[in-house]
Amino acid sequence: MGFDALEIRRDFPILFRQVHGKPLVYFDNAATTQKPKSLIAALGSFYENHNGNIHRGAHTLSDEATTLVEEARQKTADFINAPKPETIIFTRNATEAINLVTHSWGRKFLRPGDEIILTELEHHSNLVPWQILAKEKSVKLRFIPIGADGDLDLVEARKLFSEKTKLVSFTAASNVLGTLPPVEEIISLAKKNGAKTLVDASQWTPHFKTDVRAWDPDFLVFSAHKMLGPTGLGVLYGRESLLEEMDPFLGGGDMIETVELETFTPNVLPAKFEAGTPAIAEAAVFPEALKYLSKIGFSAIDEQEQTLLKRALEILKNEPEVDIYGSLLPQNRGGVISFNLKGLHPHDVGTALDLEGVAVRTGHHCCQPLMRRLGVGGTVRASFYFYNTIDEVEVFGRALRKTIAFFKPKLKTAGAK
Amino acid sequence: MEGDQELKELYQDVLLDYSQSGVHKGAIEDADFHSHGINPVCGDEIEITMKTGNSGGVIEKIRYSGHGCVISQASSAMMAECLEGKTSKQARELVLSFKDMMLSKTPLEALPPELSVMKALEGVRKFPLRVKCATLAWNTIQKSFPEERTA
Repeated sequence: MGFDALEIRRDFPILFRQVHGKPLVYFDNAATTQKPKSLIAALGSFYENHNGNIHRGAHTLSDEATTLVEEARQKTADFINAPKPETIIFTRNATEAINLVTHSWGRKFLRPGDEIILTELEHHSNLVPWQILAKEKSVKLRFIPIGADGDLDLVEARKLFSEKTKLVSFTAASNVLGTLPPVEEIISLAKKNGAKTLVDASQWTPHFKTDVRAWDPDFLVFSAHKMLGPTGLGVLYGRESLLEEMDPFLGGGDMIETVELETFTPNVLPAKFEAGTPAIAEAAVFPEALKYLSKIGFSAIDEQEQTLLKRALEILKNEPEVDIYGSLLPQNRGGVISFNLKGLHPHDVGTALDLEGVAVRTGHHCCQPLMRRLGVGGTVRASFYFYNTIDEVEVFGRALRKTIAFFKPKLKTAGAK
Repeated sequence: MEGDQELKELYQDVLLDYSQSGVHKGAIEDADFHSHGINPVCGDEIEITMKTGNSGGVIEKIRYSGHGCVISQASSAMMAECLEGKTSKQARELVLSFKDMMLSKTPLEALPPELSVMKALEGVRKFPLRVKCATLAWNTIQKSFPEERTA
């Protein structure tokens, strides 16, 4: 099914605002996506009609709020084809979900000398929690290197595995290069070596169908706000038997069964990992985002993003002042392009584009080791979503040419290699 | 054309010139003080070295190195020019005056005459995310003043 991007845009009020007197062109979707009216309305409606704390009182509001959150859990499970709602743990974001695994699984099951395999593509969220754990437990971190196109080098990857390997934690879609690593192959490699797997699906779930029963990872994490949902809500999917064996994460309300002055017993799944009052309203309305994505359908989403990506790559490739990072083939990447204008700092480019109404991300994208690997301090990143249009890509192209035209005569470094 | 005008106002020629100036770039080998700064937002780094004379702690020479955007590089170059020849005490006060202006705590007119060239960075105040680019060198040199270090 094709779809009418202009029709769809009416569901996203923010896309009609102006920035510096120009129509907004929002190309920072890998950082966070905009929200449909239905979700914004649901958030208001929750606070106007159903607001109460969950899993407590015997009153109607608490009951309604609890039901909404538990329905959201079921719908989230369905969305990623998880076997049971109890395998869905709500966290604040994907970062917290990874930290939960390092604390509750890593601290309990890892021994000095054990090894964890990560990749050079990872976001700081999938590096730093493991670094903290590695230091604490004397565990060694090893890294799957990337090739010239930003793809993972699986030949080298195979050499990293040994009986010491206990976990492989990797991204399903790079937030910088758009690389789409072969998830199934890496998981099967890990399984053959008896290692657990964690998939950082933060940049995957907004764009592609996620099926945890097909991939069969031990853990998978993502954030609601990158897929039309509210901020403050992340998801950890975990294999039930593992979640059962793991220790609790944070201590407090909701995660307990009984508490004595000196001891406690943990609650059952999923409450065991959900201490304190969670993001109730955000969880309650998240199904509106899932519903919207299902209505559009992932094949239509992918088709639209490929169209945008193809044209954007064409524009960038035609510009001699531009260095593009990662694969030049649109079919090999997600809707994310990192690039630099020769001799210009990404921040100056970002500000110049912003003044044309074009919102891009600039800097290291929380991937400093990857930036070092690419030999740059930072990049400019344009990232698309299905509500973006070809016209917007053309505006982006014109804004880029304008930026080059402004700086080139004034900066002797501009245009130089 | 609001955006076009804003681009010209933000990136004034004087800033673009200073950002490419090599006058104060480099490092002093027998420096009395050196200081390293990072802007965690973008990962830009700066290394500042400074030589003070024997009499009255006058700053004789300031050099900086590192990579950064037009705004951070211009601000570094202008800072070195403004603070050379000042005593540590004067320099400390000037740093505070500049930062207060950039953070919009004080009006542009309150900037001391020694810092009048810094008015070229006025436009950056409208871009809160870029203020850190303009203050990186100043925050970094602030750490290297002897009194600040032992405090």
